Amino acid sequence: MSGLLHWLGSPGVLPVLVGIGKAITLLLGVVLTGALLIWVERRLLGLWQDRWGPNRVGPLGLGQVVADMVKIFFKEDWTPSFVDRPVFVLAPCIALSVMMLGFAIVPVVPGWQVADLNIGILFFLAIASLGVYAVMLGGWASNNKYSLLGGLRSAAQMITYEVFMGLAVMGVVVQVGSFKLGDIVAAQANGWFVLPQFLGFLLFALAGVAATHRAPFDLPEAEQELAAGFHTEYSGMKFGMFFVGEYVGVVVVSALLTTLYFGGWQGPWLPPIVWFALKTGAFIVLFILLRAALPRPRYDQLMDGGWKVCLPLALINLLVTAAVILARQPV
Amino acid sequence: MADDAPALPATPPTTLPPVVRELYARFGETTFILQPTADGIPTLWTPSQKLAEVLHVLKLGVPKPYGMLLDLSAVDERLRRHREGLPEADFTVFYHLLSIDRDIETRGGGDIRIKVALKGETPHLPSIAKQWANANWYEREVWDLFGIVFDGHPYLKRILLPPTWQGHPLRKDHPARATEFDPYTLDAMKQDLEQEALRFNPEDWGMQRHSEEADFMFLNLGPNHPSAHGAFRIVLQLDGEEILDCVPDIGYHHRGAEKMAERQSWHSFIPYTDRIDYLGGVMNNLPYVLAVEQLAGIVVPDRVKVIRVMMAEFFRITSHLLFYGTYAQDVGAMSPIFYMFTDRQKAYDVIEAVTGFRMHPAWYRIGGVAQDLPQGWDRLVREFLDWFPKRLREYEKAALKNGILRARTIGVADYTAREAIEWGVTGPGLRATGINYDLRKARPYSGYENFDFEVPLASRGDCYDRCVVRAEELRQSCRIIEQCLDNMPAGPYKADHPLTCPPPKDRMLHDIETLITHFLDVSWGPVIPPGEGYFAIEATKGLNSYYLTSDGSTMSYRTRIRTPSFPHLQMIPHVIRGQMVPDLIALLASIDFVMADVDR
Repeated sequence: MSGLLHWLGSPGVLPVLVGIGKAITLLLGVVLTGALLIWVERRLLGLWQDRWGPNRVGPLGLGQVVADMVKIFFKEDWTPSFVDRPVFVLAPCIALSVMMLGFAIVPVVPGWQVADLNIGILFFLAIASLGVYAVMLGGWASNNKYSLLGGLRSAAQMITYEVFMGLAVMGVVVQVGSFKLGDIVAAQANGWFVLPQFLGFLLFALAGVAATHRAPFDLPEAEQELAAGFHTEYSGMKFGMFFVGEYVGVVVVSALLTTLYFGGWQGPWLPPIVWFALKTGAFIVLFILLRAALPRPRYDQLMDGGWKVCLPLALINLLVTAAVILARQPV
Repeated sequence: MADDAPALPATPPTTLPPVVRELYARFGETTFILQPTADGIPTLWTPSQKLAEVLHVLKLGVPKPYGMLLDLSAVDERLRRHREGLPEADFTVFYHLLSIDRDIETRGGGDIRIKVALKGETPHLPSIAKQWANANWYEREVWDLFGIVFDGHPYLKRILLPPTWQGHPLRKDHPARATEFDPYTLDAMKQDLEQEALRFNPEDWGMQRHSEEADFMFLNLGPNHPSAHGAFRIVLQLDGEEILDCVPDIGYHHRGAEKMAERQSWHSFIPYTDRIDYLGGVMNNLPYVLAVEQLAGIVVPDRVKVIRVMMAEFFRITSHLLFYGTYAQDVGAMSPIFYMFTDRQKAYDVIEAVTGFRMHPAWYRIGGVAQDLPQGWDRLVREFLDWFPKRLREYEKAALKNGILRARTIGVADYTAREAIEWGVTGPGLRATGINYDLRKARPYSGYENFDFEVPLASRGDCYDRCVVRAEELRQSCRIIEQCLDNMPAGPYKADHPLTCPPPKDRMLHDIETLITHFLDVSWGPVIPPGEGYFAIEATKGLNSYYLTSDGSTMSYRTRIRTPSFPHLQMIPHVIRGQMVPDLIALLASIDFVMADVDR
């Protein structure tokens, strides 16, 4: 006991413990926000579609979140006999954990960030491409033709948006000269990057929607075409992980848009946490609005748009940014 | 009772229709027997050896040819008593052809019916599936329900009934009621057998399982699928997501409506018609009561006509709204359907106030409608008309003008006017190819000639145009309803005719004779004079017709229901080959079918 106290007292241990505590708090916060989004989305869709949405359980229907979570935790976690069991179980775990890892690099407020990696953005890009494994493996392991088609679509979608997503965000990197998200936020003290990098912002937002498989880029699950696509065979908590993973993805992409293009936590008068929450919340609402407003393109149209329009635009954006920076540099 | 029924005056028309003269000139008058019918459609009995030739001439060898095989079905003649002047037959197969050009030119003279008399327990007949693309399913249906063999048919298997079914239900010796069968049981073995019978076997359809480069995936879409619009199954042969070929499988929603018509009284069959196209409501009653009235010789008062038109157009609106919403939803737009359901409910509020029921009011009667319009109906209709058109403009912005929706549907699953006629496409699907054929204009019924409205047309014949046409039809329906509202004639809501059902009650309690007649007409139902009647209307989804054969009884001898959705589904493989799975979903949405309408 005294040994433990002694160890705790030694220099360097406490900051680590505090760091772990902060990390757990942050990630827990993201998952809870993701769960809350189930309710937010349903209420907002209801509002825009002239109907109520869940309004019976608790005040404003907020109890619906709890009810849904209780349901999903206690539902029979059934694994069909014909699936490839290890992969089938692994896929939803990847879906949720990868998205949470992505949040690790986001500076929420000064001092609150799980890891300020000096390759922050590269880390996010790597994590985002890992995320597609969840969908592909889930679709493949389900041993169901609809799931397989969903998995195929997600692979096709991934190679489309990945490329221009990376290139779009490079504009910001060139301007700041760092991959570190902390530096990027700091560099926006005098002006958000959404103005100089407007094109990059649009492209990154587009790719972000595709990366989370949200409507209108929900082709891998496309209910009207593939029943439920890659997660047709999933139920119970395994489905819940896909489900919450999608919402966590929404939070992560919204937080990144805030950080990269809208100055992160910076803003006058209000405390940083409020600014961060407001900006991120606005993007989340935008995600939901997109779903309410738009039909779904066919996947060859999505690929056409990605390769023939978005990729050249991202390249032009990067070249122009680089040229401007070079031109401004004192020779 | 039944024998007392007066036979229809069976005098042949004094002047022969042009097509009959053309056929007489070519094949000789003795080849045919011309049958007088209550519907006035030239009906020629043709020997089966000459059938193929006659049909060929009608399709290709006459001016303004009969391009469309509108209907093909059969009658079991073995118990029919009123057959004066008709050839001996155990079964009759009839081919109903339509020439759209002639129909428009002569206002309803575009039909011809060719009948073939067949003898024996399992009669044979040459197949015409090679002559008309859409004869394929019709002949399968006749084999399924009557056991008539079509020699040379590429795939003569059951279509509406399960593959394991025994017997041919529309034969008169097949029982019609569940009580005539042993109680139904389903044990595990039987269930396995039934399921195994439904397994898709590509070789049966001459399909390859793999090519030199690739193995194909066979995807079983339905009978439970979010976008199949009912219990519809279609098996896709896929290379990636490209559809190489597909096989639609129908029959999961078959209720035997035509068989039921042979055991219900003329009056009590009306509620069954509501459920043929279950989104069409009273629109379904219309061709049926019009055909019965034609047989009975009832002329309805003007008020009845206008009320019928108004309520039918209300149902066109509710049906098209459901189409519009699900169409947007099937290409991935989530919200429009909710707005459209709101409006649809407003239309149903009016319908409910007038008829007392929402979807299946069964409200038309032989010789009239069930009740007069309730007090205050005009205010309700006016409120709806004030509300609805501005919403239509919003939908255009939310759905039709959306870039993604346009990219998904323009040029997708298109067909030409020629193909449409070949496959028996009617309704908005036909008008989207540019053919101006709307029965309300071409052969006005129930007083449509008195209304001022346009027939929306489009030219590309793709998924987008089919929606554009319907969206504009919504507006035209509003125009028609408005004219009904402004010009509703006064008068009775029932015809003063002995066969009107339920019969007018005012004189019932005055003397015993009228009381007895009333009692019989209500308990047994009216006895419709023997003969054959046919009526087609422009229903929500296309041409819907009833071909009734009366044998002078309280029940129909044979009721043939021609629904538009049946040929529309048959056309799917022809239209969708080479396109992708999402295109198929867009096509299914743009056809606007319900399986009840296909399977009957």
